Amino acid sequence: MATATPSAIRSETHPHVASYSDVNRDVLKILSKPGPGYLALVALSAAGFGLLGIAFIAQVVLGIGLSGLMNPVGWGVYITTFVFWVGIAHSGTLISAILYLFRAPWRQAIYRAAEAMTVFAVMTAGLFPIIHLGRPWVFYWLLPYPNQRQIWPNFRSPLLWDVFAVGTYFTVSSVFFFIGMIPDIAAARDATTVRWRKKLYTVLAMGWTGSDREWKHFSRAYLYLAALATPLVLSVHSVVSWDFAMSIVPGWHSTIFAPYFVAGAIFSGLAMVATILIPVRKIFGMEAYITTKHFDSMSKLILFTSLVVSYAYATEIFLTWYSGEAPHAEGQYIAASLMGPYWWAGAIMLTCNFVVPQLLWFRNVRRNIPALFVITIFINIGMWFERFVIFVTSLHHEYMPWQWGVYKPTLTEMAIMVGSFGWFFLLFLLFMRVLPPVAIAELKEVLPAPMRRRQAVGAGHTHGGEAH
Amino acid sequence: MRSPTNPTGVLGVFTHMDTTIDAIHELKRAGMDRFTVYSPLPSHDLEHAIDPPQSPIRLFTLVGGLTGAATGFALATWTSLDWPLITGGKPIISLPPFVIIAFELTILFGALSTVLGLFIAARLPARREVLYDPSFSSGGFGIAVDAPADRTAEARAILERNGASEVREGGREVNVA
Repeated sequence: MATATPSAIRSETHPHVASYSDVNRDVLKILSKPGPGYLALVALSAAGFGLLGIAFIAQVVLGIGLSGLMNPVGWGVYITTFVFWVGIAHSGTLISAILYLFRAPWRQAIYRAAEAMTVFAVMTAGLFPIIHLGRPWVFYWLLPYPNQRQIWPNFRSPLLWDVFAVGTYFTVSSVFFFIGMIPDIAAARDATTVRWRKKLYTVLAMGWTGSDREWKHFSRAYLYLAALATPLVLSVHSVVSWDFAMSIVPGWHSTIFAPYFVAGAIFSGLAMVATILIPVRKIFGMEAYITTKHFDSMSKLILFTSLVVSYAYATEIFLTWYSGEAPHAEGQYIAASLMGPYWWAGAIMLTCNFVVPQLLWFRNVRRNIPALFVITIFINIGMWFERFVIFVTSLHHEYMPWQWGVYKPTLTEMAIMVGSFGWFFLLFLLFMRVLPPVAIAELKEVLPAPMRRRQAVGAGHTHGGEAH
Repeated sequence: MRSPTNPTGVLGVFTHMDTTIDAIHELKRAGMDRFTVYSPLPSHDLEHAIDPPQSPIRLFTLVGGLTGAATGFALATWTSLDWPLITGGKPIISLPPFVIIAFELTILFGALSTVLGLFIAARLPARREVLYDPSFSSGGFGIAVDAPADRTAEARAILERNGASEVREGGREVNVA
């Protein structure tokens, strides 16, 4: 326990952070007037979002024909990108909830940013089912309410489960994100001198004072929210996978899909956390808080999930052969993903998700930040292509010859996909400057508590009369 | 009962956790248990010293979660019976898929009810004037004693004796909301 050490001794995870007030100073410093580099990044992200907007408006005005979606491939880049972003969303709650329950000491410094990433990734993912609709203006038909003939949605449909799963995930992860931030917003409120910030933080902190009563209930509430969020993380991508696994499409109809998707989601999410935190740490000068040790721990998890995902790839091939499906539809799917018109997507997937992450076995690579940055970008690309392989390759070659056809993503689809990164980074960049991006209060838990007596003992003096 | 809001009383500002804990013990021994402790982080050591009653939030979580589960099953069952339409040769009340809806609503209601519990138990959001110091959200600790008028001097003495870096009475309230 950090509190048992004299304050002369530094924290194991953050040796360069001396005291509680240092944390406030360093973290709240980020919430200041931005420089030109930051504004340029915001402008770039906004431009990306603008691209998405223009492409989407064009698709609404001219029709869904602007996308390459056509029988037999009805689910293309939009659904691929939807699942990609839902997957990205996973690591935030993994880091904040699951690692909280496991008491992992490296979560404190990074979980706020990861949680923000979760919320924004779900907000990005949420755009895609709507973009994918032929008539996006009736998106509210997704909600569970009866139509004018009093027929309710079909609760046996995986697509409706998806609405519940993603809706719950968005609500709960936003709540978890905001509740965990209240004490830090109060810290920002107490420190800031900027008028609009003072007003904003005063409202958002809701009168938080850090009293014992507040902390007591806050800690309990946080624990229960973490306990609720943990099964939720594992369930969301399971439910998303059932959108596919419940059908009879070869390549989709598989019981392995839920764990396969969850492992893939955590894999891609952690890679995205690293991809984002590496530049963020540099730009905002957070080296003392987000250390190589953090990236080392994250890399180990990335490597582990990479192996799980690779195992799932191998299982798919093995089961196809072992079940005698090789000459049939399932075998044709495997053949198509390795040798068919989408062989390149399969090759990218295997290279990025299986081959490249093997470098993380080496400690020198895990602690080499630039190398890690490159590897995580490979993984992000690989995981997008994994979903592309699963959805498009499966759909392009079903049982009957009339179900065979090649889908080619159009410019509109690619513009919307690329633009979604703009929307995501725009939200993230604004968050970095407006809300405390590092958990101030929780970080203090891994620092030694300020003790007068023990410090004096350490310095060789005894104040015998002062204690009981 | 200790009062959470006490614009009157004595506030001691501390810079160390152990001295804060000493002061808490001494206040309790002196029979003054109407006090509020401020800290920049949740601390087990402080909580041990204060020894507060069990938080009621677990009840909110449990009741919320169970309500969610019941709502999920009820919604899916009732809407299926409302217009019985056999699809895929499956029973009208197909429990396995309804478990998914019930599960999602368990989490959703459980989480929202936990937050409601937090707001009620911790009395948030609030507009209030309390004896507060901005250092409590940074590196400082504080004890605000809600002592009766005739014991104010005693409370002040306890806080000072245990190493409070600053002790103030009333006045200088900070409006935190």
